[in-house]
Amino acid sequence: MAYGSNTGLWSWLTTVDHKRIGTLYLFTALTFFMMGGFEAELIRAQLQHPNGRLLGAEVYNQMFTMHGTTMVFLAIMPLSAAFFNFLIPLQIGARDVAFPRLNAFSYWVYLFGGIFMNLSWFVGQAPNGGWFGYAPLTTMAYSPLLNIDFWVLGLQILGVSSLAAAFNFITTIINMRAPGMNLMRMPMFTWMSFVVQFLLVLAFPVITIALVFLQFDRFFGTNFYTIAAGADPLLWQHLFWIFGHPEVYILILPAFGLVSEVLPTFSRKPLFGYPVMVYSGMLIAFLGFGVWAHHMFAVGMGPIADTMFSLATMLIAIPTGVKIFNWIFTMWGGNINFTVSMKFAIALVGLFTIGGISGVMHASPTADLQQTDSYFIVAHFHYVLFGGSMMGIFAGIYYYFPKFSGRMLSEKIGNWHFWLSFVGMNLTFFPMHFSGLAGMPRRIYQYDANQGWDTYNAMSSYGAYLLGFATLFLVYNMLKSWHGGAVAGNDPWGAPSLEWSIPSPPPDYNFAEIPRVSSRYPLWDVKSPELTTDVPHTREGEKRIDVDAAGQHVGGGKAIGNPAGASSGASRPTHVERNHKTAEELGIPMPYPTIKPLFVALFMVTMFSGMLLIHKDKLGLALAVIITSAMLMTGFLYAWLLSPLEPEHH
Amino acid sequence: MDSAAAAPHFVHPPTTTGLDNRKVAIWAFIGSECMLFASLISTYLIYKGRSVTGPFPHEACNPPQCAVALKPILNIPVTSASTFVLLMSSLFMVLALEAVENKGKAGYEGIRGSSKFWLMATAILGATFLGFQAFEFTSFVHEGLTIRTNLFGSSFFTLTGFHGAHVTVGVLWLLTLFAIDMRRGLGPKDALIVDICALYWHFVDVVWIAIFTLVYLIK
Repeated sequence: MAYGSNTGLWSWLTTVDHKRIGTLYLFTALTFFMMGGFEAELIRAQLQHPNGRLLGAEVYNQMFTMHGTTMVFLAIMPLSAAFFNFLIPLQIGARDVAFPRLNAFSYWVYLFGGIFMNLSWFVGQAPNGGWFGYAPLTTMAYSPLLNIDFWVLGLQILGVSSLAAAFNFITTIINMRAPGMNLMRMPMFTWMSFVVQFLLVLAFPVITIALVFLQFDRFFGTNFYTIAAGADPLLWQHLFWIFGHPEVYILILPAFGLVSEVLPTFSRKPLFGYPVMVYSGMLIAFLGFGVWAHHMFAVGMGPIADTMFSLATMLIAIPTGVKIFNWIFTMWGGNINFTVSMKFAIALVGLFTIGGISGVMHASPTADLQQTDSYFIVAHFHYVLFGGSMMGIFAGIYYYFPKFSGRMLSEKIGNWHFWLSFVGMNLTFFPMHFSGLAGMPRRIYQYDANQGWDTYNAMSSYGAYLLGFATLFLVYNMLKSWHGGAVAGNDPWGAPSLEWSIPSPPPDYNFAEIPRVSSRYPLWDVKSPELTTDVPHTREGEKRIDVDAAGQHVGGGKAIGNPAGASSGASRPTHVERNHKTAEELGIPMPYPTIKPLFVALFMVTMFSGMLLIHKDKLGLALAVIITSAMLMTGFLYAWLLSPLEPEHH
Repeated sequence: MDSAAAAPHFVHPPTTTGLDNRKVAIWAFIGSECMLFASLISTYLIYKGRSVTGPFPHEACNPPQCAVALKPILNIPVTSASTFVLLMSSLFMVLALEAVENKGKAGYEGIRGSSKFWLMATAILGATFLGFQAFEFTSFVHEGLTIRTNLFGSSFFTLTGFHGAHVTVGVLWLLTLFAIDMRRGLGPKDALIVDICALYWHFVDVVWIAIFTLVYLIK
């Protein structure tokens, strides 16, 4: 059999299809998002009243560390990765990513890494040093148990996943675009994803090295963070934030990309200032590497360094502000359709701006010295991460769920989700501005009554419960719609880009024929040409070339319809079409399903986990586990590399 | 497999740049590796001269700073030899790629066209470099410098150890290519897989030039 079956557990374990891997990322990341959310609920329950007694200090430390680490590395980044996987090949008119098996490998490493880190709860030693893990606090002298080892090794594992995925997507975007899809015609989501991949490639090695130093200090007794040996107490902070600040843009730019898809579609207008949106995305990323020390104003770097980092930080507000205004101008004068997806997108524009403005406030070192390590900072970064990243991702989920599943999410339940989230999010995080300015420090597990913090904390906690409750609507909506939702058809929203020209869910080969693209909005050229009159086109006799719209082959003069079948015209189909012609019938080379990337990932993770035993002074056992895993990993890697990706070409 | 073989025209569309995907990916990978070594090298430079106890790389350490008098530990003549070996291996890598690309052409009949010879020669030089490094590490340990001794020891062994690990991966990669060459012979259509290995190998070599200059030559 050249092609595996398309159902059953085995097909999911062996899949190399970017759409199925994207679906796996989506559901895994949402599961971790629920776990991270549950940790947040416990934190808020502890802080609801003065002198809370729900959690002890040690468990509280583990709770906020795992909340931050989970949300950053196991929820938001992989939620973005779900969209990278699912959308990038569809948006550029490709049949898969450049390296399908490497893609599967990235997912499995992420899954096993996430499980590994959370196994720490079962030994009662979950990471407890904060998501930033400041050394020397995290060195052996001050953190002698396994907590930090789980964190260090877990992040190393997740770094492998992100880097492998980044090489893959960079190659895919550079090299696999359909004819006519030049860089300045790529959909904005693909553009922002492209920028993010460069951030990943350049930022992750730095934290890898910072973690290697910490790992060596803890396991082998090196001195990188040993102050008595002359080490610089700021080394970790510099290395961490050289990674950590670009990481902020790794978290937000994909959401910016998603709303840049949603807003034009539901405003029935092309994106305002497309080239400037591209350049401002690049500028944000470039400047993002030069501002890391604004996380460190309180350490006393001196006036010159403070001034430079402060100015660079404030500069970033310019390209970011450009984006905000361009989104507003996109909506301005548009024929706006307030779907749930659109509401989340508009919420991002407003809420991110609040977080952005408070960010400019503590870009000033003098203001920052008052605000640093207070709840004001917590309010700031939750406005950009929840109000920004998560609102954008929710907008993306409502927008693209029909493409993932073939079915619509319920707008009614979605409205409940949106309004409860919107109120809950503001009720949780807005009061934190005030508790912070009233002097409440971060990361404290108890506080005394009557310091002016009680009401704000009670409000934040009720908001957090509301937010948790709201998220249940999303879960219910997705589960309900996965099989029973209204059938979506190819293009339920009247959207402009290529992914909407093919059936939902797309057949495994995506495009029966590789499309030819003549403008930024290939589908609008066909369906609503009046919307794209101001958009540059290929000047070949004004010919709108070869885009397959909703099942009708348009242009190019070929007689064959879309061999993938599905509906015709704009009418809604009555059932999800899954009996497309197979890749074999169409003569499209498809990669073989394979289990090997899963095993390479599995043994890589067991190899890393073997290092926990070094710490427990079981050196013999540790070496046995590490060497066995390394050999198995290498064996499966060779088996993977030496087996053909797909049937021989003819 | 049968049904697949019977299917019509299995063709991939050409890539956008005309380059093979693997070639684009290896450049992205090398970009990432630059940041990895940049972090290691900067840490080494930041910690230069900050060790509170010897041995030191370029300076002697006398009592009372050290319990006994210690000479500067870096052996520059020996490392110059190993650097020369590694540089020569890059030349052999170039010749190996040339042999694969031109297999069967006139002028490439003898040793010049023997990719097996040049691949193995490159791998042997890489292994020789690793031998030098093993000798250097053990002699340092005998002279009292371990990874735990001082900041210099920690940052030196980690930096050069990471580089050594990269050379080791490169040697295994070369030996894998050699094995493929022995089994089925590498010809012009395999030039890409050799080219990618060569890019990695040259990169590792360039990193060593930076390390040799910054760690060994500049006092």
